[in-house]
Amino acid sequence: MPAPSPLYELTVTRVKEFIRQGEAVFWVFVFPILLALALGFAFRDKTPDRIPIGVANGARSAAVAKALETSPALRVRLYDPVAGREALRVGKISLLVEVDGATLFRFDPTRPDSRMARMEAVDALQRAAGRVDPVTIGEERVTERGSRYIDFLIPGLLGLNLMSTGMWGVGFSIVTARSQKLLKRLVATPMRKRDYLLAQMASRIAFLAAEVAVLLGFAWLVFDVGVRGSLLLLAVICFVGAMAFAGLGVLVASRAETIEAVSGLMNFVMLPMWLLSGVFFSADRFPDSVQPFLRALPLTALNDALREVMIEGASVVAVLPELVNLTVWMLLSFAVALRVFKWK
Amino acid sequence: MLPAPAPAILCRGLRKRYPDVVAVDGLDLEVRRGECFGLLGPNGAGKTTTIEILEGLTNADEGDVAILGERWSGNTQALKERIGISLQETRFNDKLTVAETIRLFRSFYRTGRDHDDVLRRLSLDEKANARVGKLSGGQRQRLAVACALVGDPEILFLDEPTTGLDPQSRLQLWEVVTKFRKEGGTVLLTTHYMDEAERLCDRVAVIDRGRVIRLGTPAELIGALEASTVVELAADPMPEAARLLALPGVQGCHARGPNLALHVESLPRTVPALLAELEGSGATLLHLSTHHATLEDVFVSLTGRELRDT
Ligand SMILES: Nc1ncnc2c1ncn2[C@@H]1O[C@H](COP(=O)(O)OP(=O)(O)OP(=O)(O)O)[C@@H](O)[C@H]1O
Ligand SMILES: [Mg+2]
Repeated sequence: MPAPSPLYELTVTRVKEFIRQGEAVFWVFVFPILLALALGFAFRDKTPDRIPIGVANGARSAAVAKALETSPALRVRLYDPVAGREALRVGKISLLVEVDGATLFRFDPTRPDSRMARMEAVDALQRAAGRVDPVTIGEERVTERGSRYIDFLIPGLLGLNLMSTGMWGVGFSIVTARSQKLLKRLVATPMRKRDYLLAQMASRIAFLAAEVAVLLGFAWLVFDVGVRGSLLLLAVICFVGAMAFAGLGVLVASRAETIEAVSGLMNFVMLPMWLLSGVFFSADRFPDSVQPFLRALPLTALNDALREVMIEGASVVAVLPELVNLTVWMLLSFAVALRVFKWK
Repeated sequence: MLPAPAPAILCRGLRKRYPDVVAVDGLDLEVRRGECFGLLGPNGAGKTTTIEILEGLTNADEGDVAILGERWSGNTQALKERIGISLQETRFNDKLTVAETIRLFRSFYRTGRDHDDVLRRLSLDEKANARVGKLSGGQRQRLAVACALVGDPEILFLDEPTTGLDPQSRLQLWEVVTKFRKEGGTVLLTTHYMDEAERLCDRVAVIDRGRVIRLGTPAELIGALEASTVVELAADPMPEAARLLALPGVQGCHARGPNLALHVESLPRTVPALLAELEGSGATLLHLSTHHATLEDVFVSLTGRELRDT
């Protein structure tokens, strides 16, 4: 019998351990799809809502209402004058048109929807009265594939998933082994400590392909989200990102003794990245003063690189800074973890 | 003349302090090659701390350890190849099967035994494909010993290998230990079962409060008891120990479960006096039995406590 390699055995057993946990499959494969579905439909591109406005009953109210209805941006309802003011006050309508005598707009100019309604109403009434616009302006709607919210969201969810599965998977496995004294038993053998930690990271590779393929395949089928750049480059980015977060997971789990402790630490590390690293909206929206900090976070780097390749079709050169960032995180976490790791 | 080989285990002046207790307090041991050596002692005596220092898992505050003639520092990797360990409490990965666990441990050693062979030896071959999480307590203990054996060690360290096992499983484990010794291996074990120590161990050390308080073969320790017969009794009301100690031929008196155990030199001298004493005090005799002293009696008379907490 050829001598089996400890690194290989550690990796294979780690993969088996992971597969045999039913809930892991949910968090890795099902959860990101549910999230993509929910957000994809919530923010799907659709014709903008009409703004509700009211016309107070009066001599010319029917004719005015008819003129207003020609605007595609307005939804018009007739009100009794008192009820109309009440509807405006509680925000049911954005503008009330009173037609006793001269036409009068009643609205709150601090409400953006009211200002919008006013402009639309003015246009509609003037045009109905025969205004001719001196300049013709063409319009082109930009809801192209690649610029929709879902196109922005999917790379972010992919990055988020690579972070969560990497860190939770590694963290729970290590802390469980420590709390059950299995780590202590392992260091009593000639096993090399480095092999144990490397296996934690290596086992990630086994799921990586499936994890990425499932989410991207789903996004492609359901939302028609494509990859503009090279698939190979995308694979490299996913791999480096997964390794960086597995390394970070090993580091976070390097001393914790209980599942509660490691959960707290994980949240402490991951929550800022959930919010700041541009998963759901671009990290560019944060002030310039914090940008260097945000750019240094591994999830920001991963999300940026994924977006550049998927949306812009960027080349290796363009994502090199992000790849370097992720590699540094991986090496640094692993090196520190190996030093501070608690085996007993 | 060739120099004698270094002892399997040698330690001198071991000391280990924890914040609120001195767990090991100046402990010396020498275990010869091929010997089965038992560490006995009540809960908290320092057996586990001692064995883990010897295994290189815990650092002693003071003292020297040599395993197979080598110190731990500088030889860690080489020594780990040569010893096998079963800790007092380890839970292996519940999600793996028995065979996968053994294969994993086997992969850590450069040379070792065939894992099927080890499984058979511990009667785990039928459970080879069962998940560790589904094993009974006894099967888990056997798995722990299997993991200790799979690297083909020269010394086996077993910390309470049979605690919680049914009689059948204990017998099986005793056979494994016996077979390992026949092949030339050395064993250091801790146990709370005196019959186990008498059966398996060539020599035992009784440890209390981190020190060796007696050392010898089981027979020597029993023989060293001045009174080699034990009378156990229960009565209502229970007589006072001081009065019983005053009876002719009584060397010691200890509580033992619900009973009192008297160490006596000769039954014909003591028993009539004992019965007269009870009758005189108006007590009713509920239980009376006698036996030859065992290691358990040695232990109780040495530590004044019972070994098991039950
Ligand atoms: N890590 C630790 N921190 C603090 N105290 C400890 C530690 N390990 C052991 N002790 C203390 O050291 C003493 C000896 O413990 P040890 O586990 O060696 O006893 P033992 O003889 O193995 O007992 P048992 O028969 O119950 O297994 C005990 O008082 C214990 O509370
Ligand atoms: Mg113990």
